[in-house]
Amino acid sequence: MADHDSVEDPLHAIAGTGRPPVIAPGHTFGTVTDKISSIVLTRRTSPGWWLGFLLAFALMNVMMISIAYLVVKGTGIWGVDIPVGWGFAIVNFVWWIGIGHAGTLISAILLLLKQAWRTSINRFAEAMTLFAVACAGIFPVIHTGRPWLAYWLFPYPNTMGVWPQFRSPLIWDVFAVSTYATVSLLFWFVGLIPDLATLRDRSQSRVGRVIYGMLAMGWRGSARHWHQYETAYLLLAGLATPLVVSVHTVVSFDFAIAIVPGWHTTIFPPYFVAGAIYSGFAMVLTLAIPIRAIYGLEDFITLRHLQNMAKVMLVTGLIVAYGYMTEMFIAWYSADKFEMFVPWNRMTGPYGAVYWSLIVCNIVIPQALWFRRVRTNAPGLFVIAIIVNIGMWLERFVIVVTSLHRDFLPSAWGNYMPTIWDWGTFIGSIGLFLTLLFLFVRFLPMISIAEMRAILPEAQIDEEPRPI
Amino acid sequence: MRAKSPVYGLMAEFDDPNALVSAAQRARREGYRCMDAYSPYPIEELAEALEVRTRLPLIVLIGGLVGCLGGYALQYWVSAIENPWNVGGKPLHSWPAFIPVTFECTILVAALSAVFGMLALNGLPMPYHPVFNVSRFALASRNRFFLCIEAKDAQFDLQKTRAFLQTLQPREVSTVAD
Repeated sequence: MADHDSVEDPLHAIAGTGRPPVIAPGHTFGTVTDKISSIVLTRRTSPGWWLGFLLAFALMNVMMISIAYLVVKGTGIWGVDIPVGWGFAIVNFVWWIGIGHAGTLISAILLLLKQAWRTSINRFAEAMTLFAVACAGIFPVIHTGRPWLAYWLFPYPNTMGVWPQFRSPLIWDVFAVSTYATVSLLFWFVGLIPDLATLRDRSQSRVGRVIYGMLAMGWRGSARHWHQYETAYLLLAGLATPLVVSVHTVVSFDFAIAIVPGWHTTIFPPYFVAGAIYSGFAMVLTLAIPIRAIYGLEDFITLRHLQNMAKVMLVTGLIVAYGYMTEMFIAWYSADKFEMFVPWNRMTGPYGAVYWSLIVCNIVIPQALWFRRVRTNAPGLFVIAIIVNIGMWLERFVIVVTSLHRDFLPSAWGNYMPTIWDWGTFIGSIGLFLTLLFLFVRFLPMISIAEMRAILPEAQIDEEPRPI
Repeated sequence: MRAKSPVYGLMAEFDDPNALVSAAQRARREGYRCMDAYSPYPIEELAEALEVRTRLPLIVLIGGLVGCLGGYALQYWVSAIENPWNVGGKPLHSWPAFIPVTFECTILVAALSAVFGMLALNGLPMPYHPVFNVSRFALASRNRFFLCIEAKDAQFDLQKTRAFLQTLQPREVSTVAD
């Protein structure tokens, strides 16, 4: 499966191999370290960073205001009502948690599959995962209506004598999402420890030395440290791999275990997991393409990375398309008139335009990724990635809203229209995501320095030890 | 042999990973045992040369089993003993419904054991360590490779060990103050 992509980028002019390198030639341990750590340490904060950060921060405050008003007035400020009791809050939850799947996939599964190209993108994909999970976690909590009582979801001895209902997929979700958030944080932090030691040793300022020093916890890079560390990292990858698959599976159970037509189907778990990876890679591309251009990281995040991610998107997008077809087929095959009504209503009902937009965004446009010229074109990929992000959000809207708004009896039918507060919370959560991301790229190395050193040619150890 | 010495050990600095791996192998053949090698990224051959072992997999296995059994026992106790609540006529001990949470608890406790086990076995956090007294050691997290033979080694002798380290063609040999 030789990959002969590659032409416009000068980095690809590596003789004889035919494959674009995962790191540009000419780099050494020193240059890799200096290049990545200088973004955090020595550069003055650029006006562009301030502009972006302040815009993101302002957007985040839209969410803060929306949530504050929600706490004052209650969920009546949203468009949710009977029969559509799950509106934007659940749509956004599923969308964000799906985006949060790419980080762990890149870090864990590609590590186990020994894909060296994961190295330069895993760190910020993991950070992106954490921030997306943070955004996701807010929505079910505020959707409960009394977010200050959210701790009731956890099993703890209380004076009410009440315990969580472990037969409900909603409580499975609490465990799945909180475990995922915890394990992602651990994985990310463990990966950061050696780089925090590098920042501690290279920081010019006293404050930097103290803070990075405390976070590095006295890491010395000794052979004993590394051996325990590598074992821990590999085991974490092995644990995170089934975990990442389980999280969106459990999210899909929230729907599939209910008897609502359009939700009660066995295709949901695999199709949700594929959709999660699809949207996650789309988000990684959406972020990686501008970041590599702004910080001049084309040497480390090469066209090879962009192409590979585009290929993953193409495959998972096709699995998602297969999921859509299976939904249709099973609806017809069930011979149940309520099930058959669901796809028909999706295509021709009041939300038909949303359905067809999702088909265009998720299935039609991404077919351009079959062409190498598209896969090697960074601006083109960026546009497709954004379209897929939108498409995946529309997909969740269609799943949640169209399945609910036509109840079994026409007398119970209704429609859902989001209010300004629904939109404020959703758009604001993007602000929270971007705010965290801006802080991350400013204060922590966005590419794993230690792992980049290990894939350099000079890191090769000779088979036969040199005689001394 | 010096039990109480103001010297922690002697440290040789190398330019490239191959030199460090060869040096570690040589030192081991010479009979040195209390030593450690420092590199800016993990080198498998170094761990082999120093014969480093780890018990971490066992710790993670135990953590996973504790999470698995604990998670299931929690659900059984809550649903069948403490709060026996009839939901849709399902049995109180409805085990298939308990599997997802059992799985998540397994992963959670195993992952926590992996991380905290790794930190504990490495003795981290450790605010002070003598190797940081060597100012050039700051480069161990950038592009230099260090081998430190510690004073507590039975064979350690300030002069002889220094002479031995010099034969390994290091950039420089420094004395590490304790």
